[in-house]
Amino acid sequence: MLSYVVRRLATAALILLGASFLVYLLTASSGDPLADLRASNAPNRQQLMDARSQLLDLDTPAPLRYFKWLGGAAQCLVPFAGTCDLGKSVTGQPITEALGIALVQTLTLVTGATVLAILIGITLGIVTALRQYSALDYGVTFMAFLFFSLPIFWVAVLLKEFGAIGFNNFLRNPVIPLPVSLGTGIVLGVVVAVAAGGEIKRRLISGGVVFALVTAVMVYFSATLWFKNPGLGPVVIGIAGVGMAFAVTTLVSGLKNRKALQASLIVAGLGVVSWFVIQPLLAQATGLMIFLLAIATVLVGVGVGYLMGGYDRGQSMRAAGITAFLVGGLVALDRFMQAWPTYFNNSRVRGRPIATIGAGTPNLQGDYWVLTIDTFTHLILPTVALILVSLASYTRFTRSSMLEIMNMDYIRTARAKGLSERSVIMGHAFRNALIPLATIVAFDIGALIGGAVITESVFSVHGMGFLFLDGITHIDPNPVMGVFLCVAVTAMVFNLIADLAYSALDPRVRIKA
Amino acid sequence: MSQPTQEEVALAQQVQHETVPGPGAEYQGLSQGQIVRKRFFGHTGALIGLAAFALIFIMAFTSVGFAGIPGWWKYNHVDVSPLVNDGVPSASLWPLAWGEHPFGQDRIGRDLFAMTMRGAQQSIIIMVIIGSIAGLIGAVVGGLAGYFRGWVEAILMRLTDVIIIIPVLLLAAVVAQMAGRRDADSWFAGFAASNGVVVLGIFLGLVSWVGLARLVRGEFLTLREREFVDAARISGATNARIIFKHILPNAVGVLIVNITLTMSAAILLETALSYLGVGVKSPDTSLGLLISQNQEAFSTRPWLFWFPGLFIVAICLSINFIGDGLRDAFDPRQKKFRAKSATDSGRHSSETAPASPAASGPAAADSKES
Repeated sequence: MLSYVVRRLATAALILLGASFLVYLLTASSGDPLADLRASNAPNRQQLMDARSQLLDLDTPAPLRYFKWLGGAAQCLVPFAGTCDLGKSVTGQPITEALGIALVQTLTLVTGATVLAILIGITLGIVTALRQYSALDYGVTFMAFLFFSLPIFWVAVLLKEFGAIGFNNFLRNPVIPLPVSLGTGIVLGVVVAVAAGGEIKRRLISGGVVFALVTAVMVYFSATLWFKNPGLGPVVIGIAGVGMAFAVTTLVSGLKNRKALQASLIVAGLGVVSWFVIQPLLAQATGLMIFLLAIATVLVGVGVGYLMGGYDRGQSMRAAGITAFLVGGLVALDRFMQAWPTYFNNSRVRGRPIATIGAGTPNLQGDYWVLTIDTFTHLILPTVALILVSLASYTRFTRSSMLEIMNMDYIRTARAKGLSERSVIMGHAFRNALIPLATIVAFDIGALIGGAVITESVFSVHGMGFLFLDGITHIDPNPVMGVFLCVAVTAMVFNLIADLAYSALDPRVRIKA
Repeated sequence: MSQPTQEEVALAQQVQHETVPGPGAEYQGLSQGQIVRKRFFGHTGALIGLAAFALIFIMAFTSVGFAGIPGWWKYNHVDVSPLVNDGVPSASLWPLAWGEHPFGQDRIGRDLFAMTMRGAQQSIIIMVIIGSIAGLIGAVVGGLAGYFRGWVEAILMRLTDVIIIIPVLLLAAVVAQMAGRRDADSWFAGFAASNGVVVLGIFLGLVSWVGLARLVRGEFLTLREREFVDAARISGATNARIIFKHILPNAVGVLIVNITLTMSAAILLETALSYLGVGVKSPDTSLGLLISQNQEAFSTRPWLFWFPGLFIVAICLSINFIGDGLRDAFDPRQKKFRAKSATDSGRHSSETAPASPAASGPAAADSKES
């Protein structure tokens, strides 16, 4: 095991050396870094050219420059010495500093998108696998292929046009015409009726319920100008909390486990009570406080589950903990909605909340809620774009993995010994279907750091991809090398982690040491 | 695959006996190639994809002409003509009409239909070049590494590892620089200046083979341990014969499917690079470049943005469906699973077959689509 890891790391180091040499040479030979100065008419042209030549050390041939760079980069291997030197960019900024800034930007952009894409993708994959060759399966498969074929820059521009500009225009007077409400209701009702599966009667009923609900909610939103003053209120939180309690219990333990259901319902009730109690505290929230509150919420949930017990204490704790987290999320969402009018009417925002570029409104003043809303409104479009294009592969992968598992003999055994369908799927099939996904997810997390070059360039986020692209256009090897180094190292480390995790999760796979 | 070897037939029969118990009779006495063809042409999505791609291909290459041969469309992608109706597209579905400028015109009066067709041509050319180069190198490298193992595998796979982490964007930028450098009078610069698309395709092909090589290697690693390879070796077959006659025909499914998927990714790669300004350069055009040039004009001339994008999606989607059909056709392990009938059979333990054709009416009907 240890010798395997050491050998992998040694190979990785050699590969990294070779690849970084190639990358350096390619960047350096991709053009003339002085081209823009040569074309300029500035009187001190020669001086500027000399200064840049000196800054980038252009008099040294590129292969030698690489070894100079490598000397500086090697110091990064010394931990805590603070002597890391990755060179300077064409503007004179140290690369280590630029990388730090870019990394934060990139991670805020891609983390949410990746987590959501994984969650949604896995859910869709499981559902379509369980309903193989149904209308839902065909629909999702087609959507997956469609999303797979979408060029992200095209999606991004469309989102900017309809998601931001169109929605902002709508917010000016948020009245939904009745035909639109009815149309949306009908479309969603038909979708649900097709997707629901089962008897015709069941399909019609669920489609009809969804149609009525959606239309009613939209008419209500329109009549109360909800989009100007959004909010949930304790009643909606209570209803949604009970619904969540039932849903979570169904998935985690099945409704037959009465104690788990009671624990979840108690937690949902506690959530509504906490809505009244916690408002003054939330008025002076900070990021750390929200984080601590979230942990406390989950702990309360787990505690209630523990106290309720039942024949399987673990299940009660899990169900109540997850319900607590979700209801807590609703309370936080409600608080964000309360802050919405303040944000909306802020002089910097001027009633056009959904932003098309950048990572935040410059010089925005406000409390925690307003600033967080600002981040969200800037993140929402790139996040949606990234989710759309990365959703497909997760869906397809989970689906095929789940199908393979469902054909296994031990699933038949589980059914034969009389387990409920829920525990066959959640306990036996789902967990094992996730094993191959661990590899993919680890690999994708490794690739996260590289940022989404195109998304960043469309939405003008100055992250890693932007730094990389900027380095290439200015024929400036140092930023390119900095980004490359981060990406390659994380990719290789996560590759190794993926292999180790696979053998840990699936004991049939053994590492050859 | 016109002459199936004995191994293929044996494998195909073994496959039906082992894993496709129900509909196996359907494939009785067919070679692997025939089975694959039959399954592919029974795949509705793949057929629609094939038809759509053929349509786009024919339209793109005949309308504006290709390689000096004139096409049937009256404009080309650089001609400037006076604006008709401020460049609004004249094509309409109801009443069905084609008109003077079906996809509209851009600000200076170039015909968007001609530009889109030219862009589609370029994208398809790049896609085919990338697919063939990547397929060839991937098959050779993966095959050699998987068959010979030892130091050959070590060297080739480390090379693969090096190439896989070099960012494609960087290579594209280098190529773009080379193609744009008109002052250099080497033969390469001259060639690159006149055939930018081909050079871009070749370079991208030279870096896109790595995933394929890994897959082919994996396939060779399992196939070389099979009995029929041992039998061939004992009867004195040379390495080349074993590779080309015995292993490659069995690995060709994985290869073809993944070449198709590489090609669909290649379309998106080319358009993305052109969008970022390091792919196809003006005055030539490509679908990505068209979108990049016109994204500012969305509010005034949205059609400049819609049509190239729709063509990217259409090409990519049809290739993906073809690839999916090929995967289903080549994968003999395909088996149906039905949650409902499986649960039913679980409850009534006398039924052992999870999905017998008689179990449910609609199931038997749509089982042909797999």
